[in-house]
Amino acid sequence: MAEQANIALPEGSLGKQTTTLNLGPTHPATHGVFQNILEMDGERIIKAESTVGYIHRAFEKLAERRPLYQITTLTDRLNYCSAPLNNMGWHMTCEKLLGVKTPKRVDYLRVIIMELSRISDHLICNSIVGVDTGAYTGFLYVMQYRELIYEIYEEVCGSRLTTNMGRIGGFERNFSNTAFQKIEQFLEEFPKVWKEFENLFMRNRIFIERTKGNGAIAAERALNYSFTGPNLRAAGIDYDVRVHAPYSSYEDFDFIIPVGTTGDNYDRFMVRGEEVWQSLGIIRQAYEKVQSFKGTEAEVYHADAPAYYLPAKADVYTKMEALIYHFKIVMGETEIPVGEVYHSIEGANGELGFYLISDGGRSPYRLHFRRPCFIYYQAYEEIVSGTMLSDAIITLSSLNLIAGEMDA
Amino acid sequence: MPISADHIKEKLNAQFGDGIISWDDASDILALEVNPSINLKVLTFLHDEPTLGFQFLTDLTGVHYPDQSNKELGVVYHVHNLKENTRLRLKIFVPIEKPDAFTATGLFSGANWMERETFDFFGINFIGHPNLKRVLNVDEMDYHPLRKEYPLEDQTRIDKDDEMFGR
Repeated sequence: MAEQANIALPEGSLGKQTTTLNLGPTHPATHGVFQNILEMDGERIIKAESTVGYIHRAFEKLAERRPLYQITTLTDRLNYCSAPLNNMGWHMTCEKLLGVKTPKRVDYLRVIIMELSRISDHLICNSIVGVDTGAYTGFLYVMQYRELIYEIYEEVCGSRLTTNMGRIGGFERNFSNTAFQKIEQFLEEFPKVWKEFENLFMRNRIFIERTKGNGAIAAERALNYSFTGPNLRAAGIDYDVRVHAPYSSYEDFDFIIPVGTTGDNYDRFMVRGEEVWQSLGIIRQAYEKVQSFKGTEAEVYHADAPAYYLPAKADVYTKMEALIYHFKIVMGETEIPVGEVYHSIEGANGELGFYLISDGGRSPYRLHFRRPCFIYYQAYEEIVSGTMLSDAIITLSSLNLIAGEMDA
Repeated sequence: MPISADHIKEKLNAQFGDGIISWDDASDILALEVNPSINLKVLTFLHDEPTLGFQFLTDLTGVHYPDQSNKELGVVYHVHNLKENTRLRLKIFVPIEKPDAFTATGLFSGANWMERETFDFFGINFIGHPNLKRVLNVDEMDYHPLRKEYPLEDQTRIDKDDEMFGR
């Protein structure tokens, strides 16, 4: 005792009847770097306090010194489970500010990639919920198809996790035949796998008892907490940015918005599961639309925006304008118009917004990311108070918390 | 059916009169600037008035304009009426010496961390906030890093000349 006499304990901590438990910052069950200080009565959580910011990287400050296209690499590192969604959301924000109109084929190609990344995000989330309830098999099984999605990314842009995919105005190159083949392969093989995955869980008694009724949030509370995405829809509100403010020609596609009723872990699992089916439907429609372009139209993969879209190398060597634009873009000397835009897309976790203020310089005056994870994680304290510790872990993974997106 | 800009203007002008400093139709979303002393009143009115119903707080953030004297720090709210699918942008500007604004946490639980983030990066003092402390940066930090007086790179470096390139 004597050597510990200098340790200052908080007032009343020796006599108290509850236990303080640190969950995180680095704990295998949190699937990310953030801390929860839990006040426990036996196995029941009385009070939770969340601490975030362990991987804060000051993206908003960094963005104030970078030309628009260099900010794409920052957006990769927000929700790294679905990086292309962030990339394209950012590119569309730039296009909105610059007044660039993208061709239909570009929109459809983007839709294919965005829905693929939504699937890759949801399959991680749902299979991790499975892992936390004790079923590792599903996770390892669907990983194979995330791999296939990553191969498609690789074919399109050359990288896998942090993709930096696309450019302002479209893609850096046209999709190769291999890319289309792999998309076809995915559309053919994945539905069977997803069905099998769902069969493992949906009517599995152990899974239902672990998830049903746990981690619930009512619709009014979810709205009050500014929830968006699958977590809000699980509570029964059919808000989806793809429908409410269509971008990238989403108005051309048929799909439904799945909603839950209770907003508990089971509903969140089911909503994400159904969204994967809807995404598959959208990819199939988009794939057909892309295939229906013929002749020169089938070669279009970017908008005509010479001041922002890097010209082809052959043109740089032979045409004066192309050389000028190439120099200005590479040196970051293009002045962007003065203005203020807010653009949002339906990210895998909810409304991913970009609020961009430009004062006419070469980089944004101010850029703010509306990160759905950051916003809904604050409800965690309320959701888990009074529940068991083991259920709180499942709640954490079924909310699909991505530390990168939370901390920006 | 989106709520028409005229209706929003009419309602707010009738309710607050001089409290509203300016309207901006030119941007992508209808925007208005109000006196910082009534920010919470305006948000509450937008929330409760049946024909407006902006009950969803999409985003809350800050911005710093060092050259606007007495109005250096801004707070920008994006509110959304999900039923009518209408968005509105509300701005207030406060002096940097006394950056006080009223908290919206009583109205929106989601404003809690968003206001903490804005406090963290810009030093806006949200009066009445239940737990106004830093959220992303370390507690020991004694400045607000997204203010413009903190340049991204060390200004004492002499080996780099950025005059010609970038900003």
